[in-house]
Amino acid sequence: MLGLAADRLRADTNRLLAFLFHQGILDEQFLQLQQLEDETSPNFVSEVVNIYFHESEKLLRNLRSLLMDKEFSDYNKMGIHLNQFMGSSSSIGAKRIRNVCVAFRAASEQNNRAGCLRALELLEHEYCFLKNKLHELFQIQQQRALAAAVRYPMQN
Amino acid sequence: MIMDERMGGSSREDDGNDRFPIGMRVLAVDDDPICLKVLENLLRKCQYQVTTTNQAITALKMLRENRNRYDLVISDVNMPDMDGFKLLELVGLEMDLPVIMLSAHSDTKLVMKGITHGACDYLLKPVRIEELKNIWQHVVRRKKPDSKDQIFAANQDKVQGGTGEAGQTLTSSSDKKFIKKRKDQSEDEEEEGDDNEDDNDDSSTQKKPRVVWSGELHRKFVAAVNHLGLEKSVPKKILDLMNVEGLTRENVASHLQKYRLYLKRLSTVATQQANMAAALGNRDPSYLRMASLDGFGDFRTLTGSGRLSSASLSSYQPGGMFGRLNSSAALSLRGISSGVIQQGHSQTLNNSINGLGNIQPAVLPANQNQSGTLFQAIPTSMELNQLSQNKSTNRFGEFNSVNNPNAFGVATNFPDARVTVGSSNNSLSTASGNPLLQANTQQVQHNGAFGNQSSLGVASLNQESFDMGLGCHENWQSTVQLCDFPSNSLSTSEAFSHKQLQTNNLQESVSWRSSHLNNNPIDLSSSMANAARLDDSRGDVQCQVGLSNNVLHDIDYAAKKQWGECSSFGRMDTLVAASRSMLDQSIAAVGSKTTNVPFYGQLNGDAPYVRHPEGGKLAFDTRLRSDEDFLFEQTKPQSDFGQNTTESLDVTMSSMIKPEQYNETELMDGEFGFDAFPLGSCI
Repeated sequence: MLGLAADRLRADTNRLLAFLFHQGILDEQFLQLQQLEDETSPNFVSEVVNIYFHESEKLLRNLRSLLMDKEFSDYNKMGIHLNQFMGSSSSIGAKRIRNVCVAFRAASEQNNRAGCLRALELLEHEYCFLKNKLHELFQIQQQRALAAAVRYPMQN
Repeated sequence: MIMDERMGGSSREDDGNDRFPIGMRVLAVDDDPICLKVLENLLRKCQYQVTTTNQAITALKMLRENRNRYDLVISDVNMPDMDGFKLLELVGLEMDLPVIMLSAHSDTKLVMKGITHGACDYLLKPVRIEELKNIWQHVVRRKKPDSKDQIFAANQDKVQGGTGEAGQTLTSSSDKKFIKKRKDQSEDEEEEGDDNEDDNDDSSTQKKPRVVWSGELHRKFVAAVNHLGLEKSVPKKILDLMNVEGLTRENVASHLQKYRLYLKRLSTVATQQANMAAALGNRDPSYLRMASLDGFGDFRTLTGSGRLSSASLSSYQPGGMFGRLNSSAALSLRGISSGVIQQGHSQTLNNSINGLGNIQPAVLPANQNQSGTLFQAIPTSMELNQLSQNKSTNRFGEFNSVNNPNAFGVATNFPDARVTVGSSNNSLSTASGNPLLQANTQQVQHNGAFGNQSSLGVASLNQESFDMGLGCHENWQSTVQLCDFPSNSLSTSEAFSHKQLQTNNLQESVSWRSSHLNNNPIDLSSSMANAARLDDSRGDVQCQVGLSNNVLHDIDYAAKKQWGECSSFGRMDTLVAASRSMLDQSIAAVGSKTTNVPFYGQLNGDAPYVRHPEGGKLAFDTRLRSDEDFLFEQTKPQSDFGQNTTESLDVTMSSMIKPEQYNETELMDGEFGFDAFPLGSCI
């Protein structure tokens, strides 16, 4: 039955979201994003998140290349990248990532290269995790959209 | 580069003003495309017209092209092509537009820099929609007071004839006064008043010359009224008697109306107070005298008692230009302070607005002591200190009884000379100066419906938060004494969140926040203040350097947002505790630079129903599954948004919140009533 599939998908979405919120991976800013999604901007969340992924990967790569550089000394420059990463992460509600950024920044302010490196690794880890989860979320939502399209009108 | 201009017609400000702040034109500048996009959508959601660009240089060009195309600029601090502060400076210099700074970094130095460069506000990323809903105030504030008067005159003419506007002009004029002379006693009040009357370049018929009802002017007015007798006072005759150049009959008429209302209120209050005082064995004769007042029939009595009180009160110093206006208020205050403050005294207090603590005294001729403190009676700090020492403020809970149709001066229990937020008139405060005055004036217009209950709640809450917030006032110390609200644990959280209130906090936001604090029983319509308060407290927390504060902030915000007015926590408690501990753990973990799996373990370790990552997740899933049916039922009635994602949002939220409080989560745009929900206890 089509209805069951839709229900299952919805349950999946809820479960995933609940998990993400509970784990502190996402915070209420993400909810705000979802609220901004309406008829006039139907895919707002996925658009923003995709831009975020794109930018974040750039930033992470920059950060890594900076830190890996043997003669690395420009903490300022790193700080700039970090700042942007932090801003965008918090804007989409990626709470855990943002928190790691905060720690990263602290290390960077102390010119603690080792600490920065560790924080960067953690950041990359968190980022991958988030990306996977959000991809999953979008997939489910796509499926739901499909299921809804096929549904009988009454069932809405 | 994202350039997305939307010009809402070629309408001039007037059109926009009709529905202001809807349609306010904002220019958003941020090099981060994500933030920019989110900001743009948030602003659109607030019904502003948004233009965006990710380059400061482009922004400058656009602004230079036509300054009138925009009302407000929001700019990020860190931008590659130009420093955000530089842009701020240039915009301020060249275009005199209000600029709001935006940053992911809440460093105090940065915020200070923003202020010194002239920013109107400093917002922290992520920006929330509640904060954005308030930003129009900066535009209003920036505009010349004339324009503002015009807006409100337009609104008010429908409401109360000339009264509103006169009140408006009064307050806005006093703004100017306070800007000019913060702490000096204004000797040339009348001169200024006259000057102000001519200070009006708008020839629209709506506009009336701004009249400053200075102490001097008011004294004359009262003298004239006394001479004629209140019941026989007609504006024309009063005008003639006063013999003041430039004063119009309309000015006098509106002032008279206010004066009458004030007296009426006074007498009601006085009666009540006298009763109370009598019950308490109060010796203050002024009480008895006032009690004997019947409506506003008996001026002589008032005068008499005023004389009496003023003699006894001569030691202290009434505030500024409204010194004379004080007297009856002071009189009442005096009586009150000497007794136990109970019901109704707030009324009187309300009328006696806090003024600048350090305004020098004005000699009060006895006859004119009971000049009505229409709006700006200012009890001195000393008075207020007396009050505070009497621990009168503990009785906030009993303000209900006084019937105050105008709901003036909701919270005048401030011991220090701070603005009594909530009442339009009380906006005379030192540090706050203009903004508060104007903000409060606006408020008057909007809050005509304030009942006493709201006064009550607001008073109690306001006082604390307000006082706490405006720590720069010299009498701040005395306000601390007032913080005993045993029934209101919110005070602690208030204190908590407001301690961080530093200069970066706009006084406007403060006034809005304090004026709109809700108690549960109170249903203030404006959610802005709520939001403002939240914003402020959030911003406050953020201002502190340190991870823990960020964590706290997150929880703070999360708690408020998600769990609104929950009075029983149940699962929520554990969840908060869980997330808090999780955050702490995560922060601690990261801070101590451990980067491996244990981090996750630590993250989950404390959660009540998540023992360890895998197990925890399973447990969580199981729990969720068992709740699914329940959740589904919950989602059904809830979908206002009618979106799939919103459904999940709702369900998600409901899974974290007790079902009955589910509805709170829908008020995500900040319109939940203020929580008596004590943050402090939750965290």
